[in-house]
Amino acid sequence: MFATCADPQTLEGLAWLMCYLTSGKHLLFYLSFGTVIFLLAITAPVALLFGFGGALASRSRIAPLRWFGQIYTSMVRGVPDIIFFLFVPIALDQGFEYLRAKVLCDPAVPIRQGNDFVVCPAAKLPLSTSAEWVHQSYGIFLAVIAFAIVFGAFASNVLYGAMNAVPKAQLETAEAYGMSPRQVSRRILIPQMWTYALPGLANLWMILVKATPLLFVLGVEDIVYWARELGGSKTSAYAYPHGDWRIYYFLGILVFYLLVTWISERIFDRLRLRLSAGQATMAGEAMRKAAT
Amino acid sequence: MKKLMFAVAVLAMTSGMGVAQTVRMATEGAYPPYNFVNDQGNLDGFEIELGNELCKRAELDCTWVKNDWDSIIPNLVSSNYDTIMAGMNINEERKKAIDFSAPYTPPMPSAYMALTSDADIENGVVAAQTNTIQASHVASTGATLLEFATGEETIAAVRNGEADAVFADKDFLAPAQAESNGELVWVEGHDTVELGEGIGMGVRKSDGELKAKFDTAIQSMKDDGTLNAMLKKWFGEKALQF
Repeated sequence: MFATCADPQTLEGLAWLMCYLTSGKHLLFYLSFGTVIFLLAITAPVALLFGFGGALASRSRIAPLRWFGQIYTSMVRGVPDIIFFLFVPIALDQGFEYLRAKVLCDPAVPIRQGNDFVVCPAAKLPLSTSAEWVHQSYGIFLAVIAFAIVFGAFASNVLYGAMNAVPKAQLETAEAYGMSPRQVSRRILIPQMWTYALPGLANLWMILVKATPLLFVLGVEDIVYWARELGGSKTSAYAYPHGDWRIYYFLGILVFYLLVTWISERIFDRLRLRLSAGQATMAGEAMRKAAT
Repeated sequence: MKKLMFAVAVLAMTSGMGVAQTVRMATEGAYPPYNFVNDQGNLDGFEIELGNELCKRAELDCTWVKNDWDSIIPNLVSSNYDTIMAGMNINEERKKAIDFSAPYTPPMPSAYMALTSDADIENGVVAAQTNTIQASHVASTGATLLEFATGEETIAAVRNGEADAVFADKDFLAPAQAESNGELVWVEGHDTVELGEGIGMGVRKSDGELKAKFDTAIQSMKDDGTLNAMLKKWFGEKALQF
């Protein structure tokens, strides 16, 4: 990166370290922190949306929709996460390619040829000619879906419980004022449920943060991948030979995760205060007493 | 005017056909000097240089893909990429799942490396990378096999005493041995074990056309001596030659 780093063999001590920490490979490592944050920023809302849909479906008056919601939550929660993380991206990828092949390819050529899953070049997703970043983003997209399906099921259960926890009397009062069921949901049930849902959702967020190293299993080059790659001992085939430094890199990641969860805690504490105001809960009661 | 437009339309339609298809080539990127990620963050190594040259000769447009060793064959079979060049020895077991090009290295020797030259490789614990011919070889001896996902971890296992010895390609172990200041040594009498049929490029069984193209390119490099020169460049003056 710097001109002085052109010949690392001649460097010593701090200068060597500075050059080492700014090598192209390290910049990729620093960028991968962005990948993890980006994934969290995308996955959390999508998972919440899945959860919201699941919770509404589980409460639906239409029986098939209710069954769908209940099967979704109980099935996904009952299967080990890692199986979903391995299964969903492969199934989605091959599913998409299979559908595209049906439309775009010569039907005379079979897709399954012995052990091989082969579609014609036009049906590949992403196309073989696409840039590397397209392939990377596609991988991350599949990972987001896998995360959202798993965490959506947990969120669905949390929101379902929160909806049931809203005092019946409030809903009945709304009905007495002449609101339709839809209006009751929108105006009373959904705004009121968040205070009950927050502890559960905060928990899920923490678990989601800690589950991001699973990206590594999906082949996305995240911080764990680069830490292992950079930390492993390097011979003079590399410009910066060094011993086994994995422990320092993993320590760095550990600090990163602690920092993320610590900041999240602070934010959730503030949210909790805001949502408890005026609520018929113990926290809300305490705030009322303190104010008078 | 109409004829001109028609000609342009025909050209536009057919020009796509002339363009070489992009071939995606997978490698592990963690097995120096065969393939590794250099300090600029780019892929580098014997197989990267060789692969680029082969693509040039076969007039193919190639890109490299990094993939974990563990899932490198399944992802080839499910068409996430088209070839594997990752120090993969040709053997009967792998031939059941995929096809190989002609070998682009002679059978490369494997070696046992340990902290002492009399390490017990018959009854002790021996580390090897998963799904390698070395791992199968260790499993066929009386030793306890300790498998790791990457080659780097197998050497670390010997250093920290988890394993008595490591068994891997000699060219992969040699730099670590040479630069360990005598900490790591070859196991007496087991520093050159003949194993495998040479390293080849893995392709899907249904992709005979691509395999033929690369076979021709490999043969032309063998014939004009460039492959031998490349072997010398990456594996030293004493490298095995065709």
